[in-house]
Amino acid sequence: MAQRKMTVTVTVDGVRYEEEVEPRLLLVHLLRDRLGKTGTPIGCDTGNCGACTVMLDGRSAKSCSVLAVQADGSEILTVEGLASGDEWHPLQRAFHEEHALQCGYCTPGMIMASLDLLQVNPDPDDTEIREGLEGNLCRCTGYANIVRAVRRAAAESREVSGA
Amino acid sequence: MIPATFDYVRPSTLGEAAAALAEAGEDAKVLAGGQSLLPLLRLRLAYPSVLVDLGRVAELRGIEDRGDRLHIGAMTTHDEVVNSPLVNEHCPLLARATATVADPAIRHRGTFGGSLSHADPAGDLPSVALALDAEFRLASAAGERTVPAADFFADYLTTALEPDEILTGVSVPKLGPDWGCHYEKFHRTAQAWAIVGVAAAVRHSGGAVVEARIALTNMGATPVRAHAVESALAGVPLNGSGAGVREAALRADEGTNPPSDADAGADYRRHLAKVLTRRAVIAATSG
Repeated sequence: MAQRKMTVTVTVDGVRYEEEVEPRLLLVHLLRDRLGKTGTPIGCDTGNCGACTVMLDGRSAKSCSVLAVQADGSEILTVEGLASGDEWHPLQRAFHEEHALQCGYCTPGMIMASLDLLQVNPDPDDTEIREGLEGNLCRCTGYANIVRAVRRAAAESREVSGA
Repeated sequence: MIPATFDYVRPSTLGEAAAALAEAGEDAKVLAGGQSLLPLLRLRLAYPSVLVDLGRVAELRGIEDRGDRLHIGAMTTHDEVVNSPLVNEHCPLLARATATVADPAIRHRGTFGGSLSHADPAGDLPSVALALDAEFRLASAAGERTVPAADFFADYLTTALEPDEILTGVSVPKLGPDWGCHYEKFHRTAQAWAIVGVAAAVRHSGGAVVEARIALTNMGATPVRAHAVESALAGVPLNGSGAGVREAALRADEGTNPPSDADAGADYRRHLAKVLTRRAVIAATSG
């Protein structure tokens, strides 16, 4: 039955990895310490701050609250997988343009949570944006610009898709 | 912090899960979505020897229409509950309360059964289950049994689940169109736990209350049914001054034993219970 170490296979930002892990290894540690995906930071470590948010099989998840073994077989998208080549994702561009970051620590999580929000609701109003990001804390309190950036990225994405 | 070591089992059927749990003994823990358990492991407030992960047990997931009741698989995520047409049509109290649980990312992973089994008195779903007289289906290698909500929540973070038992699903009654419902939650910040919450389902007809089901979040070690309010509400007119509802709601703290903690003192919680109960009943019966 149980074994000390287990092999997990995950696809992260389009690349497949096979890693031998202890069951207690958190997904965020697999990403950062094993796969070098340090674009995903660790904030509070207790599921509150959202800095470590990634897309896990297409939906946002806090990677400090998932075991690597739970993610076995999953497809994971981190902030590092958003850009296509040299071209930033509309959300990355909008966060830059709208000055939606100060220290930048919460930004990867903010962007990944916004990505989840926009795929469910491509045209959110400010309240919906704030509710969509309620699991992500910015301690520089740059929320007003973050909301503006998400609105801008949404508008840009709708334009591109012709909606 | 990094969790202490444990062994990990990932069954793919309920039978395998029950067998693994029986074999693992009393120090084993069931892992559902992990949104409460993983923080506890990381803070080293829990030290299970074995985790039995139900994440791949497909039969525990999903919502079924079973005549006059809905069956909700224990591993159904909060997000699935919130977006379920069946839950929204027949049990909107559950959909609305679940939409207030934590935040979107946590609702993608956290499960209905996990929240109920964790039985945090500040959790929103235990009081909803209590207000609805939900029935809990428990299974072990030895067999199955059904436990009513009133008997499921035993004490602080403690339920009727034996160490070798798994909550497989919960059955809730469908409430017809003559029922109105509302979950009123008071908390300081967006994703915080409820300081006090009130789950209300009220059947009304001809401008008066016929029957009410009210349960309170975080007014004791377990969710509490506000029986005094329920009896006081029967027959109360809903139009006019609203004095009847107001008076009934004043009885919301009867039989409660609220905690005093960093968020609020017991006396403030008693006050909140009355105010929030009035608001919940008014919201449940208007529109």
